[in-house]
Amino acid sequence: MTPQPDAGGHFGPYGGRYVPEVLMAPIEELETAYLAARQDPAFQAELALLLSTYAGRPTPLYFARHLSAQLGGARLWLKREDLLHTGAHKINNCLGQALLARRMGKRRIIAETGAGQHGVATATVCALLGFECVVYMGEEDMRRQRLNVFRMRLLGAQVVGVATGSRTLKDAISEAMRDWVAHVGDTHYLLGSALGAHPYPMMVRDFHKIIGEEARAQILAAEGRLPDAVIACVGGGSNAIGIFHAFLPDRAVQLIGVEAGGRGEALGQHAARYRGGAPGVLQGAYSYVLQDEHGQIAGTHSVSAGLDYAMIGPEHAWLHDQSRAEYVAASDREALDAARLLSRAEGIIPALESAHAVAEAVKRAPAASGRVIVVNLSGRGDKDIDIYRENFPELDR
Amino acid sequence: MTRIGCLFDRLRKQGRKGLIAYLTAGDPSPERTPALVEALERGGADLIELGVPFSDPIADGPVIQRAGERALKAGTTLGGVLQMAAEIRGRSEVPLLLFTYLNPVMRYGLERLARDAASAGIDGCLLTDASVEEAGAYAAAMHAEGLDTVFLAAPTSTERRLKLVAEYSTGFVYLVSRAGVTGERDSLSAAVGPLIEAVRRVTALPLAVGFGISKPEHVAELGRQVEAVVVGSALVRLIERNLDNPSLEIQLESFTRELKHGFGAHA
Repeated sequence: MTPQPDAGGHFGPYGGRYVPEVLMAPIEELETAYLAARQDPAFQAELALLLSTYAGRPTPLYFARHLSAQLGGARLWLKREDLLHTGAHKINNCLGQALLARRMGKRRIIAETGAGQHGVATATVCALLGFECVVYMGEEDMRRQRLNVFRMRLLGAQVVGVATGSRTLKDAISEAMRDWVAHVGDTHYLLGSALGAHPYPMMVRDFHKIIGEEARAQILAAEGRLPDAVIACVGGGSNAIGIFHAFLPDRAVQLIGVEAGGRGEALGQHAARYRGGAPGVLQGAYSYVLQDEHGQIAGTHSVSAGLDYAMIGPEHAWLHDQSRAEYVAASDREALDAARLLSRAEGIIPALESAHAVAEAVKRAPAASGRVIVVNLSGRGDKDIDIYRENFPELDR
Repeated sequence: MTRIGCLFDRLRKQGRKGLIAYLTAGDPSPERTPALVEALERGGADLIELGVPFSDPIADGPVIQRAGERALKAGTTLGGVLQMAAEIRGRSEVPLLLFTYLNPVMRYGLERLARDAASAGIDGCLLTDASVEEAGAYAAAMHAEGLDTVFLAAPTSTERRLKLVAEYSTGFVYLVSRAGVTGERDSLSAAVGPLIEAVRRVTALPLAVGFGISKPEHVAELGRQVEAVVVGSALVRLIERNLDNPSLEIQLESFTRELKHGFGAHA
């Protein structure tokens, strides 16, 4: 495959730049600054130092012995991004973009958040590097994730509730874009997934590709060979593209993205973009998006707020069309069951997002004797305890 | 030449300035839109922007967002807006510009929209999230049916970008008065003067300024500098405040007339 994206930010036909003209020059400025930083050894060295001393890289690749034995088939390995500071892979990208924002002379950082993981990671790096921080969050998500709202405030961020539309992640992104339009001079928009207008999907991928680079070296050291499959959950798709990227040239390694199957097949009941979605434009990018017959963006549902979004990142759309990656869905119930299984078998409570990836491994493992599967455990489950309590009432008596 | 080009020719010959009025089609209901457009015309609007509601309007402030939600709730679709346009065109020659986002247009189909819009009497189209970099296929489809494509120029646009915007625009160029979303403001941004000068340097097309224009004083000040002024949120807010008021059309007409009087002798 030719290197992606092209100069205009296209992955095949996907990606690109679809934003109001007022944002085009700031986005060009961001791209120029990022391309310079990417080549700058001093920038890369500072990022590498923070990733190791502050965030906790490299993360372990852990052999899930008990879960593998219980399922009786494949050898399952977990890439432990859940052990990073703030509890998820999100910090990789936040550190990278915040260093870039400082280099660009910005003093204020804004972000959107769904589950609150990206908001917490953003508030954290803003505290670390001394930025004013504003996080937009749908009111419905604020209600679902009260603990993370408090964490962000404790870290010094201002959390702004968004009451428009579905009051979830999609609306928080729109509101952050409106803020950015009005404050482009001093503000950096720290987008949290591999979405939006170029250079975001490329830049966010670059900041997360260390996940796959580490995992590839670790599995070669541990098993003496490449894995048969790599599995990751896909909302916007940042943790998935992060772990997939180093394996793209290894054609024999199956790459599997797991979308949120929600609670049913009908539009509005899930966030599985390859189950009824069609290519379209939302919030800066062209990619698969769940929409109605008139081109209005559809509502979505997932028990996991981090996967509850109508569009998949443009590079995933391209990998899908090229058949380089395969995309499947796990239902709310399957994810919840997988979370419980992993907690009991290995003593690891996963984030609900990551539990979708675990669920796919649980489905595949029994019939994959002798195979090696790497699962990206992108986040830990502390933030989801309230949802687990609601769904496992028998444990809460 | 479309009705838009003819309008600007006529304005120039008569030494007049144009008032462009935006409303969200289908707000508060599809049935009501033709009568509201007629009220805007009676008040002196020279060109009507018909906003097609979109679920995720990133370029719009709260007033137009709410109008879009009302219109969608009332069942408004792009096809429905074309029907409204055809009804308006049945009795009026006022230029009509579709104002919306890319996704509903792509879903409808670029060629199909160009064909149907032309036969409904639409004169042109402005898509707020279609950057010139991504607009090739869209502009070609519209131009093939004789429709104008209007693009936005912003205070943040570089000279290189302004040249591209001018190159892709036909009919007129729409200048965004300040970095921000749609919505009324008390005063005009200091950014607008330099932007007008910069766009004049790269095009001979007529210029219209919009975003944040809500008072006759704004209209007066801008009328001295550009060919047309766009008012949107202030009109949409008036509609929002009078949803159940039987005199809505009369109020809309008289507010439009007030705005138009801002041009003074050039009205």
